[in-house]
Amino acid sequence: MAYTKRPDGRKFDELREMEAKVGIIKNADGSAMFRFGDTIAIAAVYGPKPLHPQHLQNPEKGVLRVNYDMLSFSVTERKKPGPSRRSQEISKVTEWALAPVLNLDNYPNTVVDIHISIIQANASTRCAGINAAALALAHAGIEMKDLVCSVSVGKIDDKIVVDLIKEEEDYEDGEGATDIPLAFLPKSGELSLLQLDGRSSIEKLKEAIEAGKKACKEIYELQKKTLKKVGKE
Amino acid sequence: MIAKEKAEEKEIVEKKGANREIVIPGETIVSGSDFLPGEGTRREGEEIVSLKFGLADKSDRLIKIIPLSGIYMPRRGNTVIGRVVDVLFNGWLIDIYAPYSSFLSLKECSKFVSRNDLAEAQDIGDMVITKVFSVKRKGVDLTTKSRGLGKLENGRIIYINSNKVPRIIGKEGSMINLIKEESKCNIIVGQNGVIWIKGNTLEEEIFAEKAIRFVAEKSFIEGLTEKTKEWFEEEKKKSKAEKKEVKKEEKK
Repeated sequence: MAYTKRPDGRKFDELREMEAKVGIIKNADGSAMFRFGDTIAIAAVYGPKPLHPQHLQNPEKGVLRVNYDMLSFSVTERKKPGPSRRSQEISKVTEWALAPVLNLDNYPNTVVDIHISIIQANASTRCAGINAAALALAHAGIEMKDLVCSVSVGKIDDKIVVDLIKEEEDYEDGEGATDIPLAFLPKSGELSLLQLDGRSSIEKLKEAIEAGKKACKEIYELQKKTLKKVGKE
Repeated sequence: MIAKEKAEEKEIVEKKGANREIVIPGETIVSGSDFLPGEGTRREGEEIVSLKFGLADKSDRLIKIIPLSGIYMPRRGNTVIGRVVDVLFNGWLIDIYAPYSSFLSLKECSKFVSRNDLAEAQDIGDMVITKVFSVKRKGVDLTTKSRGLGKLENGRIIYINSNKVPRIIGKEGSMINLIKEESKCNIIVGQNGVIWIKGNTLEEEIFAEKAIRFVAEKSFIEGLTEKTKEWFEEEKKKSKAEKKEVKKEEKK
């Protein structure tokens, strides 16, 4: 049977309900929350601040460090707390997704720390994390040439679907499920993150990227709206 | 006549509001070659694009961004309040709550200090008011060779976000003078967001702190000085009522 209906009744190109907030953590220099349906990510930015040990310092520009963490209560089965192979990988790809927009040339020998915590997870956690981190970086007053918007696109059987949930990721009939997290720089449309977990033809991948680009426009509008609202209430 | 003046005033305020609007990184502020890119902006072809999140100031030909949040970056000539974190053989290491460590040299000290006992002048944990003398690639140099600079005795220290300092001071010091007058305290505001308050009594100091926190929280509102005046009136009424109650209880 072909894949014709999504488990939560959304259209194939429809995102889950989104929500974003800025300035949620008082002690951080910048902070934000981003939610895709049941997936909630919070990001806190600290710095630029002195970097120790000294051999990690870069005298040309500031260093970006990202720490992604899924909290133990974020999933139905308790997750063992602490770093794992998965969280290390996601920290690294998030860092690479954010680095192209950031300008830390004016802060040599310093570090900008981003801590992303997933407080509730239902797939697309790295995408929610990147969206929250981009907002938090802007809120911390760091020079950026653009924001970053991220969305996960999937190929379920032979259909291209935007913003996957856990149930869809585990779909096994037909061609099965392929998860493609993407991150865009909204102004130029450049890709800063592209991962692919599963199998896909080149044509389908191109189709997926186009679908992701379209969805990211919606995310960008929300990020813009959220930042413009700061200090107006 | 008065009504007309008021209307004009309102117009100016509104214009000011129109000149300042929140921008996000990557947003085009204005386009055209009449404008020059200032701090936090850059030119991309015809357009001037924001690089930071903050208020865009379009009142001049030079477009710049006034940041709303973030850390303090030291600049030459800033008066800052810092904490002594280490005493070295020829000076002091001072934490001015910036990303770089800052150094106050013995040579830059205004009064005579014995080379053998630097801790006598200011020891670890002391708060000092200093001026930023130079900002180099790696570190900041400070000086106390000016009137009013040096170690701070007594009083209390409060910390606010450094981006709110201009609002605390107000136009030509209007806000800080108002707070000083109302609370009868001596207040020094460092550009790094560290504030020193010294009053005759503890109550006065706490009152001044409350006022500063109020201003920092409401820093987005237009006509803040007026609002703060109103706030002071209300606080006075409250404290009077409290005093009356205390007296009544004493009588009982």
